[in-house]
Amino acid sequence: MAMTVDTTRVSQPASPISGSMLWNGLLILALLLLPLVAPRYWIYFAGLLGINIIATQGLNIMMGYTGLLSLGHAAFVGVGAYTVALTQTYLGLPFWVTIPLAGISAAVIGAAFGLPSLRIRGLYLVIATLAAQFILTFVFVHWQSVTNGDVGLPVRPATVFGYALNNETRIYYLILAVVVFLMIFARNVIKSRVGRAFIAIRERDLTAQVLGVEIVTYKLVAFALGSFYAGVAGGLLAYFNQFVNPEQFGLLLSVFFLSAVIVGGMGSILGAILGAAFMTLLPEVLREGSLLFGELFQIDLGTVLTPLRETIFGLLMVGFLILEPRGLAQLWKRAKHKFSSGRSG
Amino acid sequence: MSPLQQFIEYSIVGIAAGGIYALIALGIILIFKSSRTFNFAMGEMMMLSAYFFYAAAVTFALGPFLGMIVALIGSIIVALVIERVAIRPMLGRPFIAVVMVTFGIGSIIRGIVGMIWGPNDLQIPAILSRSPIMLGEIFVPGKTARAFAIAVVIVVGLIAYLRYSRAGVALRAAAADAVTAYSMGIDVRRIISFTWILAAITGCISGVLMANVNTLTPHLGLVALNVLAVVILGGMNSLGGVLIAGFIIGWLEAITGLFLPTEFREITPYLLALIVLLVRPTGLFGTKEIERI
Repeated sequence: MAMTVDTTRVSQPASPISGSMLWNGLLILALLLLPLVAPRYWIYFAGLLGINIIATQGLNIMMGYTGLLSLGHAAFVGVGAYTVALTQTYLGLPFWVTIPLAGISAAVIGAAFGLPSLRIRGLYLVIATLAAQFILTFVFVHWQSVTNGDVGLPVRPATVFGYALNNETRIYYLILAVVVFLMIFARNVIKSRVGRAFIAIRERDLTAQVLGVEIVTYKLVAFALGSFYAGVAGGLLAYFNQFVNPEQFGLLLSVFFLSAVIVGGMGSILGAILGAAFMTLLPEVLREGSLLFGELFQIDLGTVLTPLRETIFGLLMVGFLILEPRGLAQLWKRAKHKFSSGRSG
Repeated sequence: MSPLQQFIEYSIVGIAAGGIYALIALGIILIFKSSRTFNFAMGEMMMLSAYFFYAAAVTFALGPFLGMIVALIGSIIVALVIERVAIRPMLGRPFIAVVMVTFGIGSIIRGIVGMIWGPNDLQIPAILSRSPIMLGEIFVPGKTARAFAIAVVIVVGLIAYLRYSRAGVALRAAAADAVTAYSMGIDVRRIISFTWILAAITGCISGVLMANVNTLTPHLGLVALNVLAVVILGGMNSLGGVLIAGFIIGWLEAITGLFLPTEFREITPYLLALIVLLVRPTGLFGTKEIERI
């Protein structure tokens, strides 16, 4: 099934030192130095953004590259967060064990929900993931003895060599490291044989099957990998907020990740990053904007903000799908193209 | 009350709720048949209709009868706008993109309703009598029974209409093969608009009935997600199956409330949907056109 108008191009393996590598290196350097200059609030925000980027990239692997739509991504993020909280509380495991465990448990639970419907085409996976969203939230709320219900669980900060990551800046470096690692990993997976299989399945599963791609296996791999990213994001979120509760992982968050993938551009590593950034900043802009308007028109903000967010997420999804299905990544590419041709011509 | 009697009472209430499920599911299936679009915004359309009814009947004090007419007209206009603005440009695009569009529309409607009417419960004027119906010793709540009767009459009427009318034949032709139907002179686009109108009507009626039996909140739309289990169990493209599937799901949901703590009712439909996917993905009555690969 063709997800997009023209197919994703799998670029050639990059030469050791290329222009893009230089830019990426500079970007990472800038991000490393960011806490030295930026105010604390920004660093807090950058941490949150990093977590959203990981989860969005996970959904992008499933949805953008393999064409597997998941409406339950937030629940898998929740599985990761609870895994961290529980393994830390009961087993006292350190973060470098709990975070991979968070990913693995989300992948296993994701695959368990996906398995029955990955065998079949179409809508069934969508419904199964929606079921996962509701059933997992239900478990978070009602399995009192383990999850402590609506109140949630506290999480102690992660420690590195006895050094607690208990403020924005410290956890920021942990998140940054994981983001960089997982983005490079995603890029390499997509460039490998596995990634080509994903894209082949998305474009036309029947053809892929005929060409010898084991589609059920690869769909399962894509689904588990995407859920793994969600779980890792959830694990980091648990350390970031230092608590977990069911309210964080509702359907609205799933819609958030869906919008992020769509707005950024499905089937693009850069797109997922741009989409996550856009969607993370948007609620802040909305809040500031509505503070301004609220004062002007005397509207009670508390009741309007959440539905306003829902409306705008929905509008963005629908608008981008109809008008620019390749998302911000395409706009970025076009802008870059214009810029470089403008310079040479 | 004897346990058996209680069981029967729960069963009847459950099956009665299933009647409304069937009505909602019918809207989803009609649209799916005509254009392969799975409308995840059905619940929100239904909820919005109930708010239209509230606005017309209470806010503008038109009374329930005029209120219902206004709600129907409003829902049809909304459905046609959705179809024209958001769904038609997506024709021929991969189905998950279309699913996401409908999902986004649901989010938009939820948000708009939340902004206008707020998150609190509203009372709509009772259009159904409260007086209970006694079947021998068994007590059936009045509103539930009447809502059930209305829903079943409409579902059966619609199915019969689509079975024997020209429009129904055209719909089945378009569902079987849109291109051939088009070349035979059937205006497929009009058929699609037509199914959206029908879905708006079933959604509007089920929304008002639902809001009458329960109360009116923005969460009303979530009921339609329970209906997904009905749609799957009935088989995606079976109009007749929907009624039986609706009864089964409604019944099982009520019975769960009898044997398990009540909160389990929230997830029963999803568990059932997963079980159906596992055991018989084509549903009870669906034809096996879903390719297994």
